[in-house]
Amino acid sequence: MFSGASNFVAGVDTAFMLIFVISAIFLVGITAVMLYFVYRYREKRNPVPTEIHGSTTLEILWTVIPTILAMVMFYYGWKGWIPIRHAPKDALQVTAVARMWSFNFEYPNGKSSNVLNIPRGKAVKLNLKAMDILHSVFIPAFRVKQDAIPGKNNFLWFISDKPGSYEMFCTEYCGLRHSYMNALVVVMPDNEFNKWYNDTTGRTTGADGKPGNTKGQAGAMLIQSKGCIACHSVDGSRVVGPSFKGIFGEKVTVITAGAERTITVDEDYIRRSVLEPSADVVKGYRDGQMVSYRTELKDNQIKDIIEYIKTLNGK
Amino acid sequence: MGPQTYNSFFTVHGIIMIFVIVIPGLPAVFGNFFLPIMIGARDVIFPKLNLLSWYLYVLGILTVLTSLFTFGGAPDTGWTFYAPYSFKTTTNMFPAVLGAFILGFSSILTGLNFITTIHRMRAPGMKFSNMPLFVWSIYGTGWIQLFATPIVGITLMMVIAERFLHIGFFDPALGGDPVLYQHLFWIYSHPAVYIMILPAMGVISEIIPTFARKGIFGYNAIVASTMAIAVVGYFVWAHHMFTSGMSTTAQFTFSLLTFLVAIPSAIKVFNWVATLYKGSIRIEVPLIWALGFMFLFMIGGFTGLFLGSVATDVHVHNTSFVVAHFHYIIFGGMGSAFMAAAHYWLPKMYGRMYNKFWATVGWATFFIGFNVLYFPMFILGYQGMPRRYYDYLGQFHNLNVVSTIGSWILATGLIITIVNLIRGARNGPKAGMNPWEGRTLEWTVPSPPPPENFDVIPDLTSTSTAH
Ligand code: HEC
Ligand SMILES: [Cu+2]
Ligand SMILES: [Cu+2]
Repeated sequence: MFSGASNFVAGVDTAFMLIFVISAIFLVGITAVMLYFVYRYREKRNPVPTEIHGSTTLEILWTVIPTILAMVMFYYGWKGWIPIRHAPKDALQVTAVARMWSFNFEYPNGKSSNVLNIPRGKAVKLNLKAMDILHSVFIPAFRVKQDAIPGKNNFLWFISDKPGSYEMFCTEYCGLRHSYMNALVVVMPDNEFNKWYNDTTGRTTGADGKPGNTKGQAGAMLIQSKGCIACHSVDGSRVVGPSFKGIFGEKVTVITAGAERTITVDEDYIRRSVLEPSADVVKGYRDGQMVSYRTELKDNQIKDIIEYIKTLNGK
Repeated sequence: MGPQTYNSFFTVHGIIMIFVIVIPGLPAVFGNFFLPIMIGARDVIFPKLNLLSWYLYVLGILTVLTSLFTFGGAPDTGWTFYAPYSFKTTTNMFPAVLGAFILGFSSILTGLNFITTIHRMRAPGMKFSNMPLFVWSIYGTGWIQLFATPIVGITLMMVIAERFLHIGFFDPALGGDPVLYQHLFWIYSHPAVYIMILPAMGVISEIIPTFARKGIFGYNAIVASTMAIAVVGYFVWAHHMFTSGMSTTAQFTFSLLTFLVAIPSAIKVFNWVATLYKGSIRIEVPLIWALGFMFLFMIGGFTGLFLGSVATDVHVHNTSFVVAHFHYIIFGGMGSAFMAAAHYWLPKMYGRMYNKFWATVGWATFFIGFNVLYFPMFILGYQGMPRRYYDYLGQFHNLNVVSTIGSWILATGLIITIVNLIRGARNGPKAGMNPWEGRTLEWTVPSPPPPENFDVIPDLTSTSTAH
């Protein structure tokens, strides 16, 4: 069995082991009896069959015993689940924003990251927010999973005592890059977590955990942490959306309210693309993939991103 | 193969396998052929309705195929068509759903026809209390088809209303609730699992007594469990949605009912094994497939317990554990039962016998390949490998390789088996009227049976048992 790292592991694994043991005993037992009968009562050895139409005692026995066992298994499965549903009030509240195809975590002090850093030994509650379609947050080492559904407030919570880093996967099929939609959960000792948490020099933190200073750098980290790079490359290659490389100041053909027109990529256009992606849809790309970042990005952050996109010109 | 192709592949694989092959498979092929003979009738009660249901079936398949090749490309939503992704994708999800809808109609008509046939067309003396167990299983299945399948129709109407009239049922952007879609989808699709497995169980209940050369043990218990599955199976659908955030009460109820629906299946297995006791067993190919069925079906059933129990389900939900579980049930279970039925009844349908040596080799290869392919997925799933992943992390690599090798072995086994069956049907030695010394009515008519089955409708009033 593989190791676990949260307060729920014991409950879930106990239920798992219980069901496993009961199932294994029955599987092996029934198979053995079946094979023995086939061998013992083969035609050569037992040329004359004996008609037996049934036995009420046996029927009752093999109805009642499995029912009792089923209820025991049900009970343990339920017992292991109930605590997962009840998050303590004083838990650290983190919003997990799920969108095609990235996770982003927003902390109460405004910090945001696409690595889920959490303090060891403290209750953490993840409020799941889906921006576009269904996703599901799964942390195998913690034995928890919950769907992120647009318009619904699902949550997860856990306490982890084992510092280290663990995988988080999206487990609700969400289209093209579903299998790349994962993130890391890093459990840190208290002092390390506080140092990270209280370090607000950068407005945001990239995957490397370092804050940005110059405007271009801040933007570079934002497109990382806000998940733009799941769909937009910075090297000219086409992913799901157009690449950011060299677009600033160039002409682009868009479809606005059903009609084609050509416009120049400027600051306003980019801002509009981010806030109302369906207003101007780049020709040759699908509408509805990118959803508005109105609630996700502040105006100065959009400026940072624009600054960064400018730096991608002419290289 | 890129991720888009992969996503279309598993979607189309799911749609075709579930709606086109597995749901109609056993009832359509063996039900249509043997149900009338086994109850001593010349045909089903509504032959024209049967034809209509066949036309609908073909139309349904064509519609599904249309979705693959016309503009927009093959659907990439998964066979569950979960909203709201299914509303956003530009691939051809609409014809696929329409196809499922038409196939659903075909299924309803088949169910209706079978139920009525069983009620009205039994030969004198063929009572509900001595009807062959395969017929009972088709009867239970018919009721599920009749009650559960219309839900697909309703859901489709709602999808159409949403797409074209912008009435928000499922899409949160229109004020709808995606979880409602999941409920409707599973209200049909979970009972559909029983549409697949009940006839399979019926086949096994015929084959085991024939080769043990004695009557079935616990006839009444098997009949009761068939009907219990048909009824309770209707009320367990939400065990597919334990992670959707539904209420604790619902989770409690659905988990409890899921455990209860396992009991009738267990009872069947016990009775099958007990039938072997003090038999005079002939180890023939259909029996081997039936024993294989029991083993694979048990693994499928036991692993289902992990999915009924909430705590463990939440961990393995949407991982390859689930993929392994339902392939054990559907492919290992229903697939083996189909093969068992084919090897059992082929001599009757074509009047010729296949090569038994190659049939056994085919089974053994299938059995080994199947387990090598699917067993590792349980482990991968427990370790956290999500399903529908085009690409996986390094730690999952080795077992995925094992799985791939298993798939080649499995394919070899299937090819051997099918080629051998076809060759047997074409030019195998003459099988005679009753090669297995079976006791049900199909063995009292020539092989292959004449178009009207019986010259004179059999009268069973004097014989005490037909099963
Ligand atoms: C789910 C995929 C996805 C994500 C995530 C995404 N976009 Fe987009 N984006 C698209 C697609 C597809 C288009 C083209 C269609 C359109 O214009 O709506 C697009 C268009 C754009 C455009 C116009 C580009 C041009 O060449 O004219 C800009 C600017 C843009 N996105 C910025 C962003 C930023 C900034 C982020 C992150 C904060 C982001 N996008 C996140 C998919 C995405
Ligand atoms: Cu996903
Ligand atoms: Cu189910």
